[in-house]
Amino acid sequence: MSRAALLVLADGRFPAGGHAHSGGAEEAVRTGRITDAASLESFCRGRLHTAGLVAAALAAAAALGCDPAALDAAADARTPSPALRTAARRLGRQLMRAARATWPGLELDAVAREFPRGVHQPVVLGLAARAAGLGAADAAHCAVYESVGGPATATVRLLSLDPFDATAVLARLAPEMDRTADTAVSAAHRVRKGGPDELPAASAPLLEIGAEAHAARPVRLFAS
Amino acid sequence: MRTGGVRATARITARGDGRGGTELPVLEGEGPLAPRRTRGSGAQARVVLVGAMSGPLGGDHLTVHVRAATGARLLVGSAAATIALPGQAKGDARYDVRLTVEDGAELHWLPEQLISARGSELRVVTRVEAAPTARLVLREEQVLGRVGEEPGRLTSRLALRIGGRTVLDQELACGPGAPGGWDGPAVLDGHRAVGQLLLVRPEFAEAPVGARPVAEGAVLVPLAGPAALVTATAPDARLLRRALDAALSALG
Repeated sequence: MSRAALLVLADGRFPAGGHAHSGGAEEAVRTGRITDAASLESFCRGRLHTAGLVAAALAAAAALGCDPAALDAAADARTPSPALRTAARRLGRQLMRAARATWPGLELDAVAREFPRGVHQPVVLGLAARAAGLGAADAAHCAVYESVGGPATATVRLLSLDPFDATAVLARLAPEMDRTADTAVSAAHRVRKGGPDELPAASAPLLEIGAEAHAARPVRLFAS
Repeated sequence: MRTGGVRATARITARGDGRGGTELPVLEGEGPLAPRRTRGSGAQARVVLVGAMSGPLGGDHLTVHVRAATGARLLVGSAAATIALPGQAKGDARYDVRLTVEDGAELHWLPEQLISARGSELRVVTRVEAAPTARLVLREEQVLGRVGEEPGRLTSRLALRIGGRTVLDQELACGPGAPGGWDGPAVLDGHRAVGQLLLVRPEFAEAPVGARPVAEGAVLVPLAGPAALVTATAPDARLLRRALDAALSALG
């Protein structure tokens, strides 16, 4: 395992298009659910334990070598909002392109060929971690960090929130991120034996409802 | 460890009677679960689950099996809301619902609300197995606490398989002890009622519903299969029911 490779994959500057997505924060800001650092923290904590946990388990399972098609179908079942399914596949395609250029390999090529319309981003994240010589825990940590890092960065732009405050939110969530990643890795090991029904299915109603409202807005700063 | 809780199972099986109606060859309950046949309408048979005791209480494990076999038209409701209460017995309560809808059958699963009372710990798991030409209308409503009351701990999972393929798998955890942020702006944001309306119709394979808002706080979406889901949050049970009723009538 290379710690430096993990930093490359987790870097917000990794050219995979994630900066164009707010993880639901834009809609939450528009509807007054996020107004300051405290509500951002509460939003991020809820996202971490729902969408973040599911994404981390998908990424960890993909990193362990579980069937990407089965994981992609499981991601669909855990993503009722079609706007979020579309966003996840678009991000998956973008990450696939970046990962194939960064860590060329037959496995990524094969998945890219088999799924021209893309697979859910966390599944690609797990495959990219594998290609980079990283493990399931690394993939899970990338996923949980992304699940809160995206909304935090977006909220800095949307609310002109002090970047120091946003970063402090992420630092306060770090112990919960670690625990969530551990939970995700345990689930991923169960998936290897018991199949994708072992994946967590934690859901957040307002993220699902908000994603559709957001997709219907004519003017948006972020794609999701 | 579970000690002293009630274990009870109800079984309902419906099938076409060959004359355009629906018969109920199995209608069994025990303890707090008592299914009663009531007057149906047309080809549809109706069953009401009558709660013979309050519950489920801590340590209880209740299971309901409903099977709509070929040709069946079955509606299952409940006589009153189910209230999860803290019990004398150790451990959380479990409520398992297993719904099987075979080809050419139609099931309406429309129980009254589930109310999570203060101090209760309940885990609800609803699993639906639908055949490729099955039809389903399912409503689930969770109310967090009685009026003005803090909720208990509630975990509710809803999973749908159509023709053996998982089309929906969702779990909502809320109340004291649930993972953090459950009452925050990503999950419930102070709403005290949350519900889902799940529809399975074979024609959705060719003509899926368009995603759209159907009421205040309620959105209709097509799932990745011949099914549609309405997710709704509301300040209270009455407004939630109003939203889900509006959604159902919008779907025709």
